[in-house]
Amino acid sequence: MGVDKTLGNNVVTTSLDKLVNWSRSRSLWPLTFGLACCAIEMMATGAARFDLDRFGVIFRASPRQSDCIVIAGTVTKKMLPVIKTVYEQMPEPKYVIAMGACACSGGIFDTYSVVQGIDEALPVDVYIPGCPPRPEGLLYGILKLQEKIMKERNSFGATIGIGERICQA
Amino acid sequence: MSEHAAVAKLKGKFPDSVLDVVEFRGETTMIVKKEDIVAICSFMKKDLGYNFLCDLCGVDYLGKSPRFMVVYNIYNITTKDRLRLKVPVEEADARVDTVSGVWGTANWHERECWDLMGISFNNHPDLRRILMADDWVGHPLRKDYPLQGPGREPYKGRYK
Repeated sequence: MGVDKTLGNNVVTTSLDKLVNWSRSRSLWPLTFGLACCAIEMMATGAARFDLDRFGVIFRASPRQSDCIVIAGTVTKKMLPVIKTVYEQMPEPKYVIAMGACACSGGIFDTYSVVQGIDEALPVDVYIPGCPPRPEGLLYGILKLQEKIMKERNSFGATIGIGERICQA
Repeated sequence: MSEHAAVAKLKGKFPDSVLDVVEFRGETTMIVKKEDIVAICSFMKKDLGYNFLCDLCGVDYLGKSPRFMVVYNIYNITTKDRLRLKVPVEEADARVDTVSGVWGTANWHERECWDLMGISFNNHPDLRRILMADDWVGHPLRKDYPLQGPGREPYKGRYK
């Protein structure tokens, strides 16, 4: 007859950190922010075939509602102040995914006008190689970020003002 | 190929201003004096019907004198006729009169030329940078501008 009773009148024990990490990692809301051709792959990842929604990843149109920013494309020096502003507007905790060769290292654009990797300006959590990465690559990167969030310590304590959040590298 | 019809007309009107006429693969280029560029452009537009400025750009012939050229690619929409005007510009006096009063589109083209080549345009209504950031120093499309930017070690090859 299959499962007729899932949990019933039981008690589930876990740590508050785990609960917080679980909810954070399963509702990663990235900022709708595309820079170059990687953004096309990011859109494809969000669309029906790859469907980011099933991971709880829903693009938000405002940095105030976002948990992470996907740097999807070439960052020019002219664009960098804009990205910094948008990043500063995001509430903590916030994560950065560097998507593609340009965001990781400047890529083929070893020139005067291009930032040689967004990690010169923002703290990057996940680097995704590729030019551009396929949607599977972005999905894998997002899953890696989820894993990283799940390993955080004192995430509940930091929320109520006791100590700092401890992230592993 | 026979000489372009506009060449004789322009030579007749401005005999001292036309420095050279070059024909290559059916394209006619006239090199003219920069002092008369506004008068020549007004004549080209009003009397010869070149009512569209396709492109205006700067060229850097580093090592030659004069170092720069400003190139005007103009088009007559009615007769589907193209012509190219070039103006030599010295590095020491990298200034040309604006033609934004003749073709409005020249406004942004001249801003681009100023931004990337450092050629200034007299009487321009709004000469600001257009592509680079407002606080940018230098003109990156000049041949002596380092590719990786002034603050970085230039790339010397993969195995050095």
